[in-house]
Amino acid sequence: MTIANSISEEQVWDWLEGVPDPEIPVISVVDLGVIRAVSVDSDAVEIKITPTYSGCPAMSIISLDIQAALAKVGVTNLTLKTQISPPWTTDWLSEKGKAQLKEYGIAPPQPSGGPESCPHCESRHVEKVSQFGSTPCKALWRCSDCLEPFDYFKCI
Amino acid sequence: MNHLLEFLLRQGDNALVLGQRMSEWCGHGPALEEDIALANTALDLIGQTQLWLGYAAEVEGAGRDANDLAFMRDAYDFRNLLMLEVPNADFGRTLMRQFLFDAFQVPWLQALTDSADPRVAEIAAKSVKEAMYHLDRSTSTVIALGDGTAESNGFMQRALDYLWPYAAEVFAEDATDFAMAEVGVAPLPSSLRGQWKKTLQATLQEAHLTMPEGEFAHKGGRIGVRHTEHLGHLLATMQVLPRSYPDASW
Repeated sequence: MTIANSISEEQVWDWLEGVPDPEIPVISVVDLGVIRAVSVDSDAVEIKITPTYSGCPAMSIISLDIQAALAKVGVTNLTLKTQISPPWTTDWLSEKGKAQLKEYGIAPPQPSGGPESCPHCESRHVEKVSQFGSTPCKALWRCSDCLEPFDYFKCI
Repeated sequence: MNHLLEFLLRQGDNALVLGQRMSEWCGHGPALEEDIALANTALDLIGQTQLWLGYAAEVEGAGRDANDLAFMRDAYDFRNLLMLEVPNADFGRTLMRQFLFDAFQVPWLQALTDSADPRVAEIAAKSVKEAMYHLDRSTSTVIALGDGTAESNGFMQRALDYLWPYAAEVFAEDATDFAMAEVGVAPLPSSLRGQWKKTLQATLQEAHLTMPEGEFAHKGGRIGVRHTEHLGHLLATMQVLPRSYPDASW
């Protein structure tokens, strides 16, 4: 498939909306807030990506997934740049992304530093099991009512 | 001497050597949650290493990258604090060391966010968020174990007594520290000593632990003249694969 030589930035953002986070596939890399800028110069596309955590192993997969997704729609002149400043914050998660996390069973980040409620049964009786979880961006919590453990997206 | 390069190696090597020590716990933690926490802390530190050593390699300008600096240097090229290379021993000593390091690292990185070198400021701003999270956890674990049973308290006191003669090496300043302070890249580490000690006093008191007396500090790690025998063993494990198969990729 070839594309017209005028790609719009909106079009690229739309394509990126279709690239899921490799660890949490319910949200897109755009909703995760790691795409900081998109610029297009005729057929050349440049995307600035910021890591969530400095050592997050998903970042290299995210880059590969973006390259693959854009190659599929015909973008071959692609430059991916890593930008660490300003540092990523959970404030950049979109509202849609937060809702999708909750739907998936991961409590979204809260400014208070802990989950608002159990993502399974909505109970507010929750307790921390560990400050760290299955990925750098999550902590492990448990609901004292339904007794289910759940991931909480750390607020940073 | 290129003082900026020296400074960057110190930051990167601290993160790398401590990250490697923490990763030794992977699969050996006293509980699954602790195992995951230790591995996550290691991951953050290795990520920070890539940023510091990546910049160091650029400043060096010898065509090397962060991986070359991590895997192709020998013990005497490393610039990490001695405290970070001594063996983990047990969970208590591992967490006590993490606490003593984090208590310095948080105000240090906070100060570096105002560095006159924009790259240093960027890396510090990224790293400090992770360091604050580490401090939060190492503080609460030191308190939980110190204020736990007589046995856990004994482990933590012995850990503190063992690590104490290493803890203040970071304040032993040299020409690189003065050069960095002069150009505004970093403050003098000694300017943070009071704050560091305050953090220690508050936490150790709550943990029912006694801060040892004395200001003596083993030196040599951060200036690279004298490491402990343990660093060579650590590097042998860490570097064996890329040294045995220099062109391996995966």
